[in-house]
Parts: sequence; structure tokens; C-alpha cells
Amino acid sequence: MEKVIEVNRLGKLYGDIVAVDDVSFEVQRGEIFGIVGPNGAGKTTTVESLIGLKRPDKGEVQVLGLDPQNDRPALAQRIGTQLQQTQLAERIKVWEVLNLFSSFYDKTVPWEPLLDRWGLSEKRHAFFGKLSGGQKQRLFIALALINDPEIVFLDEITTGLDPQARRETWELVQAIRDEGKTVVMVTHYMDEVEMLCDRVAIIDHGRLIALDAPAALVNQLSDEQRIIFTVDLPINPADLQTIEQVRAVSISGSKIEVQGAGDLLVNLVLRLHEMGITPSNIEIHRPSLEDVFISLTGRSNVENK
Amino acid sequence: MNKYIQMSLIQAKLFFREPIALFFTIAFPVLLLVMYGAIFGNDPNPNFGGFGYIDSQVPGLTAIIVGTIGLIGIPVTTANNREQKVLRRFMATPMPSTVYLAADILVNFVIAFLGMMLLIVIAIFAFDLRFGGRWIDVLAAFSLSTIAFFAVGYLIAGVAQTGRVAQVVGQVAFLPMMFLSGATLPLNIMPEGVQQISSWLPLTHVVKLLQAVWFGSGWETGSVAMLLGMSVVGITVGSLVFQWE
Ligand SMILES: Nc1ncnc2c1ncn2[C@@H]1O[C@H](COP(=O)(O)OP(=O)(O)OP(=O)(O)O)[C@@H](O)[C@H]1O
Ligand SMILES: [Mg+2]
Repeated sequence: MEKVIEVNRLGKLYGDIVAVDDVSFEVQRGEIFGIVGPNGAGKTTTVESLIGLKRPDKGEVQVLGLDPQNDRPALAQRIGTQLQQTQLAERIKVWEVLNLFSSFYDKTVPWEPLLDRWGLSEKRHAFFGKLSGGQKQRLFIALALINDPEIVFLDEITTGLDPQARRETWELVQAIRDEGKTVVMVTHYMDEVEMLCDRVAIIDHGRLIALDAPAALVNQLSDEQRIIFTVDLPINPADLQTIEQVRAVSISGSKIEVQGAGDLLVNLVLRLHEMGITPSNIEIHRPSLEDVFISLTGRSNVENK
Repeated sequence: MNKYIQMSLIQAKLFFREPIALFFTIAFPVLLLVMYGAIFGNDPNPNFGGFGYIDSQVPGLTAIIVGTIGLIGIPVTTANNREQKVLRRFMATPMPSTVYLAADILVNFVIAFLGMMLLIVIAIFAFDLRFGGRWIDVLAAFSLSTIAFFAVGYLIAGVAQTGRVAQVVGQVAFLPMMFLSGATLPLNIMPEGVQQISSWLPLTHVVKLLQAVWFGSGWETGSVAMLLGMSVVGITVGSLVFQWE
């Protein structure tokens, strides 16, 4: 595995405010790396230090072997960025934006297919100011890809999108990675992280408080699970309570809920099989990343958005 | 090279798509010209050393164009672009910020120049415009004036946090000068006290300088010094206070 980003004890202050405090992590080529945390946690500051827009006060940052501060133009040729809260002139047309940005780079991809892919083809002659929030967002993502970058930085690309548009965006982000690009994405949505990210850094008050694969973080918290299923024959809860991994059983009609941990599912199904019962509509509930977040920070992540 | 061309093309298109800017920079001076022509005509007048009212007002209205672009157009668009983080988005690309600045200066210079040419062409056809100087002098005086006013424009953009603030600062600086510089109303009809104030206003020196080279009566050294000083201060302080974000 090849490291494309190395952050070593990064620190950034704004006056008295500690925006980023002693943050270290590495990103491997080809992964989707998530950064989550509440508002003001320091996510944007961290990402902007990686692309050379913010000068770190402490620590070192290397991206593609370059120093983002000193080699900013060389680095900018090889990365793509979608920044939080940027705008363009109201009366610039979509095709003009793409032409303009194409002229900034040594190497570019044709932008017509990019527009197609991001569903903006019929908007190519529209003014930027007349695009919907989601369309602007997609235009900025297309701009981030115009130089065929090795790493793409996406800062809250799905904030403000409807659920359908978010899901479409996820597929496109996966498509970016499937082309071999590395993706660093900042988000507030835990479902997005669980869906997309290979690894995630959780940042709170400028500090890195967790860093791992989403599933590993969830497992670390607990391997508690709930299995819900229906049966076609009546069942005695005592028959299930004797399974070692089971902690509690509750039955309402034909619907049965079993709580436990470890290899719960396998042992449960084996026992039912011995009893000559075939369970159907099996649902497994595990703690979510949101639960991990709450247990780490003591707060919910979706506050004040 | 391509990025310079693309950037300049976009800046130019954006200017021509902004009706209010287009009106005040290009159409408004033309309207004043036509109005003056209709009211005062362009007969030779001893006040202007044998030139007519229009002959003296073409340089005056050119000063209005330079002042509008320098003190309002440049500060407002630049501060807006910073406020909306357009400049920031550019900074995340390999494009050096000097490309943006160079294109912005070039496009504004060309627009000011076209505005002046439009006044000249209309005045030639409608009012038999007279010209007693050398074109090269007019171009040089015009360039010096744009440098001075553009530099102060970027300085205002550097100090003003938002587009609205830039607009207010620019208008407060520009509007009094518009009336007290001789650009719209001849100075010699003004009371002595007003003329005194007027002699300290930078736009007055643009008008004096441009009129002098227009009439062929030579370079006004006082005005040249004033505008050079303004350029030096504008560029020095401007580059110190100007921030891209
Ligand atoms: N230019 C700045 N000047 C002063 N303080 C700043 C500046 N930029 C950010 N901050 C502060 O630094 C802290 C971290 O901000 P940052 O934008 O990195 O947070 P974030 O995690 O991206 O938040 P959000 O989820 O709201 O985007 C915040 O307290 C913020 O107020
Ligand atoms: Mg942010």
C-alpha cells in the first residue's frame, strides 16, 4: 500500500481558538477516507491544510510527497478539490466555468463526459446563479475532477441534498474511487460514512478521537446485536434462552426478537433448525456509527445543521 | 498563455452581462455627452481657449469612466469575489493569483478605453469634435490615470470586508469628485472655495491632465505628480492590505 497523505501532529490556531489540535493520520492510495465531526470540529481546517489553503501552525503535512504550502501549484495540478461554501459569479455559464478551469491545468480530461456523468449536460448554457443547490454542488464536483486528479477532496458534498440525490452522489463517489483515485471526504452523515468510507477519522474539538474502518469502530464499541424474525410455528422462549450467546428473548405473536452478542446468528439458526423451525424475515440490528459517535463525544453529530 | 486569455474573456463577458455596471460605466457618460451637446452645443468658447464645451467634456467624461471603474467597479467585483469565495476556489487551482489580477486589470483598462473611444466617436459624428493634441499623449495620460485609480480601487477592495462595504466606500469617494472635479460641471462656474477643494481631488487632476493633452497645451506637471503619487501609494498600501480571502 502506498501512502498518499501523511499528517503528523497537525495543529492550527485562530487567535485563541484551537481549530486543530495534534491530529495525525495517513491515507492510502485508492481508499475513501472519511472525516466526520460536529460543526466547528476542525474538519475543514484539516482538509484545507492538506491542499495548501491553510498554513499549519504545528506539525507536518505531506500530500503525494509534496509540502502543500511550498509546492502548492505542483500539488494543485494533481489533486481535485470541492470546497465548502464557495460560489462562482452569478452570470458565468456552466460551459464557461469548465473551459476556464480547464485552462488552469497542464493535463485535463474532456469536460463533456464529466457533465454527462454528473447530470448537467442540459445545463451547460445555464448561468451558475440559476442552478439549484444540488446542481451547483455537482458542478463543483465535476470541477474537482477536471484535471484527472490522483486525490479528490470533497468537503460536505451532500449537505443540503435530498435523500435521492445523496444516494446518487454516493454511487458517483464510488465510481471516482473505482477509477483508482483516492477520495478524502468530510461529512456530517454517519450513514454516508458507513456506506462509502474504507476508514474514517472522527474529529471533535480539533482532536482526533477515533480512526478506523467504520465496522471496526462499531465492533469496538460493542458487538451487541438484535435479531428479529418471524416463525410459522409457536415457540417457547426457554428453548432459545439456553443458547450461550443469547441474553434476552421476547415474543409477540409470530414475531420474535433475540438480543445477544458474538456468533449469535449462527447459533440461533442452528437451534431453530434442530427444532424443525424455519425462520423468515430475518433482520439483524447492530449499533450504528452514530451510536459510536455519541458514546465517544457524549453528543449527537447531527445537531444544529 | 491560455489561462490569461480564458480569464480575460470571462471577466469581459461578466462585465457585459452586468446591466447596472454597463449602464454607469458606458451608457451614462454617453447620455451626459449627448445632453451637454444638445444644451450647450460645441461652438468655440474663449473659456476653453477656442475649443467648445463638448471638446472639453470628452476628456471630462473619460475621467468619469476611469473613476467609476477604479473606485466602484473594481472594488465591488473584487470584494464580492472574495466574499463569495470565488477567489478562494481559484486559489485551490494551480493558477497563480497574478493571472486573475492581470486579466482583471487588462479587461478594466480595455473597457475604460472602449468607453473613451465611444465618447470620441459619438462626439465626432454628432458635435464635430476638435482635437489639438497628440494621440500618444492622450493614451499616456489616460494610462497614468487608470493606473492611479485602479490601484486605489484594489486598495479599497483590500480594506473592505464585503462587496457592500466596498460599494459604499467607493461611492463616498467617487460621487463628490464626480461633481467637484470639472468632469461633469466646468470648474470655472464654481465658487472660489469649491475650486480650492476641487484642486485637492484626484479626479480633478485626471480632468486637467486629459484636457491639457487634448487641447495640446502640454503636460500638467502638478497633475502628473498627484497621479503618480496616488499610483505609488495605491500599489504599495494596496499590496500590503490586499488579501485573497
Ligand atoms: N478563518 C478563520 N478565522 C477564525 N476562526 C476560524 C476560521 N476558520 C475556522 N475558524 C474556527 O476554527 C474552528 C474549526 O473550524 P472548521 O471550519 O475547520 O470546522 P468544521 O469542522 O469544518 O465545521 P463545519 O462542520 O461547520 O463545517 C471553528 O471554531 C471555527 O470557528
Ligand atoms: Mg467545514
